[in-house]
Parts: sequence; structure tokens; C-alpha cells
Amino acid sequence: MTNSAQHTSENPRGGNGLETVRETIRRGAVFILLIALVVGFSLAQPAFININNLMSILQAVSVVAIIGAGVTVTLAIGGFDLSVGAVAASSVMAASYAMIVLGLNAYHTVPLVLAFGALVGFANAFLIVKLKVPDLLATLSTMFLLTGLQLIPTAGRSISVGLILPDGTTATGKYDPAFLTIGRSSLFGTIPFSVLMMLLVALILFVLTERTRLGRLLYATGGNEVATRLAGANVNRIKTFAYVLSGTLAALGGIIVAARVGRGDVSSGASLLMDSVAASLIGFAVLGLRRPNVLGTLIGAVFVGVLLNGLTMLNAPYYTQDFIKGAVLVGALALTYGIGRSQN
Amino acid sequence: MPLLDVQNISRAFGSTQALRDASLQVERGEIVALMGANGAGKSTLVKILSGLYTADSGRIVWEDTDYKPQNPAEAAARGIVTVHQSTDVVGIPGLSVADVLLLNQFVDRSHPFFLSHRTVRREAARILQEAGFDLPLDRDFETLGTADRQMVAIARALSQNARLLILDEPTASLSVREAERLYEILRQLKARGIAVLYISHRTADLEALADRVVILRGGRNVGAFSRPIDFSAAIETMIGRSLESARPDQRRFGQAVLELKGIQLLPDSRPFDLTVHKGEVVAITGVLGAGKSRLLSGLFGVGSFVSGNITLNGQPFNARKPADAIAAGVVMAAEDRHTSSLIHAGWPGESIASTISLPHLNRWYRSGFMFSKREENEGNAAIKRLGIKAVDSLASVWSLSGGNQQKTVIARWEAEPSRVLLLDEPFQGVDVGARQDIIATIRSHTDRATLIATSDAEEAHEVADRVLVMDHHTLREETKHSAFTGYQEDTV
Repeated sequence: MTNSAQHTSENPRGGNGLETVRETIRRGAVFILLIALVVGFSLAQPAFININNLMSILQAVSVVAIIGAGVTVTLAIGGFDLSVGAVAASSVMAASYAMIVLGLNAYHTVPLVLAFGALVGFANAFLIVKLKVPDLLATLSTMFLLTGLQLIPTAGRSISVGLILPDGTTATGKYDPAFLTIGRSSLFGTIPFSVLMMLLVALILFVLTERTRLGRLLYATGGNEVATRLAGANVNRIKTFAYVLSGTLAALGGIIVAARVGRGDVSSGASLLMDSVAASLIGFAVLGLRRPNVLGTLIGAVFVGVLLNGLTMLNAPYYTQDFIKGAVLVGALALTYGIGRSQN
Repeated sequence: MPLLDVQNISRAFGSTQALRDASLQVERGEIVALMGANGAGKSTLVKILSGLYTADSGRIVWEDTDYKPQNPAEAAARGIVTVHQSTDVVGIPGLSVADVLLLNQFVDRSHPFFLSHRTVRREAARILQEAGFDLPLDRDFETLGTADRQMVAIARALSQNARLLILDEPTASLSVREAERLYEILRQLKARGIAVLYISHRTADLEALADRVVILRGGRNVGAFSRPIDFSAAIETMIGRSLESARPDQRRFGQAVLELKGIQLLPDSRPFDLTVHKGEVVAITGVLGAGKSRLLSGLFGVGSFVSGNITLNGQPFNARKPADAIAAGVVMAAEDRHTSSLIHAGWPGESIASTISLPHLNRWYRSGFMFSKREENEGNAAIKRLGIKAVDSLASVWSLSGGNQQKTVIARWEAEPSRVLLLDEPFQGVDVGARQDIIATIRSHTDRATLIATSDAEEAHEVADRVLVMDHHTLREETKHSAFTGYQEDTV
């Protein structure tokens, strides 16, 4: 009874006029800020609004948005995949290794790397569902494992053409040009392929999470696992699906990075975990939903991208970037949890 | 002047009036029993006295001054301490009994920052000695039985210089011997001038202890009895009707739907049989921990029985998980709807419509996409059918009162036909009006068998065609009043 009394006032339906306005502002806050940023940067630096610059922003955030979408799904089931950054980084290494050392082409490499991501997701799910390891701890340990594992095949070296293997021989393979088009080609010369991938992933995951039975069950699992099981759902299968999806999307992110960079750098993907988690959490504030949602994650990633790009154009030093991301995240969470609640 | 004088207090929760002009007086050294059905307002009154809620109107005089506590700590500081039914919140697993006894003093800064183990033990021993209890100081609190935990709670209350002790269903999970021990302790407290407000509706408790019985129904005072207490009259006043009156809508049942043979819930419990017929409503009552939930959950595929045979419409039935049971038409609304049935507030699936649709998504959205308004329409139909007080089915289930939430949960399992409906404590936190509606809808379905578990005997009588009592994980037929007097019998 106490619960219901507390929640009644949160119900946005049927408030008075002033409250409705305030609610609209809260819901639209991220969009309003985004538009304000774009307008402000365009006035301060006209080159900002150039279509190529806008596309480069989207290209820069595409990997973060794709990985963030996977994280969002794990947040929806009430879990948290901390291994995505490491999966993406090892996917960069795996893709490079497959082509340069094993001499595979793009059509073998891509499915192989995606399968690797799915396998890691499956291993996470096994730890969480079967062995009952808490989500954060399970994926954190997977993260450690992968961060180390990716160094072993090359004895800690980055992978590029002419790599000298631990046994002293030289690798003979090279990056498949078809593979490089994933990261470097554009539709009509303007829309980068990776941006198209991002939009496609976002659209599919949006429909999946918001408009399908499976999506409802994903959220239901996160919203009350016991109740979902008692309603007859196979909660273990739902959780496994979420982690496999998240692992696969992280691997896809890694493939895009590899195709853009053209080499397997041991330090690539260092910031991907933090950035994609930040995008998912900023997404909580989008539309005032206060929950993980795919659209929000996309907007969150774009928001950070716009801000960083604009500030860079205005000559903000590169070392302030992490600080700015952190400030945006704190602001978004304060908006999500603090401001909407203060009226109660 | 009485020690405690509650004068005409009222309290509403949303549209539910939990207390209407309720009054209560307690004298020094008096043991007063507060009786009432679920939703009668007893717990609201207790929570107001212990500082968890405030009254909307009315006045409370305590020791000749106005009393309006803002929190339990303030209530305790004024000398009113409540010992709650669930004793596991008294202490913390891993702490010793001595630590738990001094817990509140650790918190309120009346003790030095640094404490030696010896000081703690000495203090705790003193507290126990003053209370007159004998408890092992070094035992882990977690390993104590319910009765011992209650003693820890009472001893701690006394160390806070309590002049009024409120006990909420203290004997609910005690054996006869443990209950006797508690009676003895309460009599000693009474002799020391400490007043006790006792919430229970067990005639055995009242017979042994109560100087006076105050009865609430629908948030109002409906009667008070002084010694010698006529318990049949008291129970009838509490229920609002005569115990002997037969069901107004007694009817003939169809064939047996659910048949249990030789079911053994625990390795050392006695096997029992149970048959529920089509159109029949059977209620199982019994104290907390008697095995009611274990039986229902087992039928629903959560946990399993030691042995026994189950048939459903003559066919062998053995659900290994809820999905199996649901597929066979055996559905359950588990106890404590907040944890067992509802999706958290502010999360997708929290609306009335989605609460109802959750188990039926497969059937209602075969394509996998949820573009149609099927669940919204089913939700609106349920709102109309069960009289759920809500704007529409897209409203959050958390904006509803407890009774309407429960109606929504029942509506979930009535949205598709079922063979057996299992309800575990369906009237928990449900007001009287909603309870009548829920009973009406449960009884209106003659095409299924219904099995209800409730620890509240008068609820069982209100809803069921047949009432059984579960005791030590086995069923026995009910005798008149036995549901009201029953304790766990001591096993030797």
C-alpha cells in the first residue's frame, strides 16, 4: 500500500498544465540540448554543419552505438555486460589474425569473428545462468580473460602485414580489400557504411525491444525475474539470448574498427567499454524513460559525438575529452533520476 | 487517565479508508488484544503507533501528553516499541546475539565509538538478566529459532525502557511449548506494569492472556470484550457473520479435476490425499510455514514433492516448471504479488494490460510482433469485469491500491481458460471491498477447480466451499473453530 501511494504521483497521466510542461521538458531535454549544441557549434564554427563533418561524427560514434545497443539489451534483462570492450578489442585482433596469419578472406573472417563474439556471450550466459555468478562479476572476469587472451597468439605484438610470429616465421597474409570496405566505403560517397550498419542495428534492436513479444520478455526479466518465470517464461533462455546478442554486436563493433584501422592494434578498443556504457546510461534520460532503451543509446552516443567534435573544432584540448564525457553522463543521470522526482 | 488513549483516528491510502474514527485505550499493566480480519485496519493502527505512518485526523495521548511520532526511533524513545511478525528483521545474520541486543545502541550514538567484545557481552548479559531471559550470547543470530528471536526483540525493547510493547502476530510460527513460554514472559511484564498490545485472532492466545479484546472491522471499532471473553461472539463480530451460517451459494460440483494421492511434502511429514472438483473452491488454512505454499508451488512446478501421485482430469500430471503447469491449464497467483507477479514500477510491462498479458503473449501475439491492441483490449475488459479502479488498462499497476493490484493479478489468470487455479494468500494487503469482488469472481467460475492457501481462517471460510487445515506439512479436515485455535503441535 505504501508502494502504490508513492507511485501514484509519478504517473504522468492526468497532471495539471504546469506539470505537463515540466514533464515535456524533462522528456525532451536531451533532444533540446542536442539541437542547442548543433546550433551553437554551427554559429561558432560554420564548418561544423558541413555534411562531411556530420557524417564523420556519426562514423565516429557508430561503433559505440552498436556496442551500446548490445549493452542496452543486457541492461534490459537486469544484467550488465562489462566484457563488450574486451570482446570488441579481441575481435579486432581476431580479424587481423585470421587474415594476416591464417590468410582467410573477408567472407570467412567476418562470420568467424561474429561467432567468436557469440561464443563469448554464451560463455557469459553460462557463468550467469548456470553457475549463478552475478552478472557484473561474470562479465568483469570475462573482460580480464579476453584482455589477456588477445595478447597470447602474437606474444603481445600488434598485428600488421609482415608480422613476425612467436616461432620466428613471418606472416604472409594481408588485409582483404573486401574487408576494408566495411570500414572505409560510403554510400553515394557521403554516408559511411558503418553509419548504415549503426542505423540498421538500431532499427532492428528498437523493433525487437519495443515492439515484439521477445522484447517484452527481455524487459520483464529485468523488471522482475521471479514474476517472469512464474508467468511461464524461460528466463534462462532469455538471458542467454541477451548476452549472446551483446557479444555478437561487440564483435561487429570490433570488425568495423579493424576494417577502419587496417591493423590489429593491441590497444584498440580501450575506451569502447566506457563509451558504450555511457551511451546506454545517457539513453536513460532520452524521452525521460528512466530505463535502458535502444533509441536512447543511439541518441546518447550521437550526443557525446557531437559535443566532442564541436569542442575539438573550437580547439578544446584532446585530454579534456574524458572529462567532458563524464560530465555529460553525470548530467544525464541527474536529469533522469533527480529532476523528475523532485516534484513528488 | 489511561496510559495510551487513541481518540478517533482516521487514515486513508488513496481511495482506501484504512481507519475510520478508530479508538483504543490501554492501561498500565494491561494486555489488550487487537482483533480484525485482513484489511480491518489493525496493521495501520499499529504502524501509526510505531511511527511508520501518521494519522490523517484524530488524536493520540500517551502518558498524558500528545503523541505524534515521526519515525520508529522517536516512538521507541517515547517508550512504545513494536516487535514485528517477521523476526528476521530484528537482527542480522552473522552478528552474535549480544551484538543484536545492543544494535540500536550502536546506532543512536549513546555508546562510545570503540567497543570491546567484553563490554558488549557484559551489557548484553545485563539486558537479558533484566528481561529475565536466558539466551546464548555468542550464538549467531541466524541460527536462532523464531521464539528465541522474539525474545531477543522483546529484551531489546525492554532495554529501551518500553512501557508499551506491541506484538504483531507473535505466535504465528510458534509451537505450543514456545507459545506457553511467551505467555509466561508477557505475564511477567504485565506484573511489572508494562502494557502489551497484542495483535492476534487465535482464541488460545486470547484465552491465555487478554484482559480485553478490541475488534476492528473495516477500519472501525465494532466491539470490545472484557473478561470473561466470549470467543465465539468475538470471532463472529470480527467476521461480521455467524460461524454456523452455511454458504449462501452452496452448489453441486462436477467431476474430480485435481486428485492428489499420498503426497509427501517433506521426507518426515505424513502423506495426505486431496481431491478438488470442477466448480469447487477449496481453501487450505494453517499457520505460516505449515507447508501451504510448498503444496501450491509444487503443483505449479516450483519445487517438487518427496512422493505422491497427481492426476489432472484423470491423466498423470507432473509439472517440472511453471511453463509445464500453465500449458496443462494449472495456473498460480503466488503469494506476495509485488515480488511474484508484478513488473517493477517505471519499467516496460508495468501497465495493467501487460501485467495481465505476460503469460499469454505466446497465444495473443503469435507472429512475435506486438502491433495489435489485443492486450490493451483484454485489460480494459478485465477492468470492467472485476471493477478495477483505474483510468484505463495502460495505467501503471503501481498506481492502484493493493486490492486493485490483486484484482489485476487474478484477471491475468482468468484471461485464458484454466483447469485449476491456485491462489496463495490472495487477500494479502487487500481491503474488504476488493476482497468481496475477488471472492465473487473466484466463485463465479464454475468451469475450473480452485485451491486457495491462506493463513487467515475467516478468509478461508468466506471464500471456500470446503476448508482444510494444514499442520506440519500434512492436511487434516477442519473441525469447527479449529482453524482459529490451531497451533503447530509439538513434534516429539
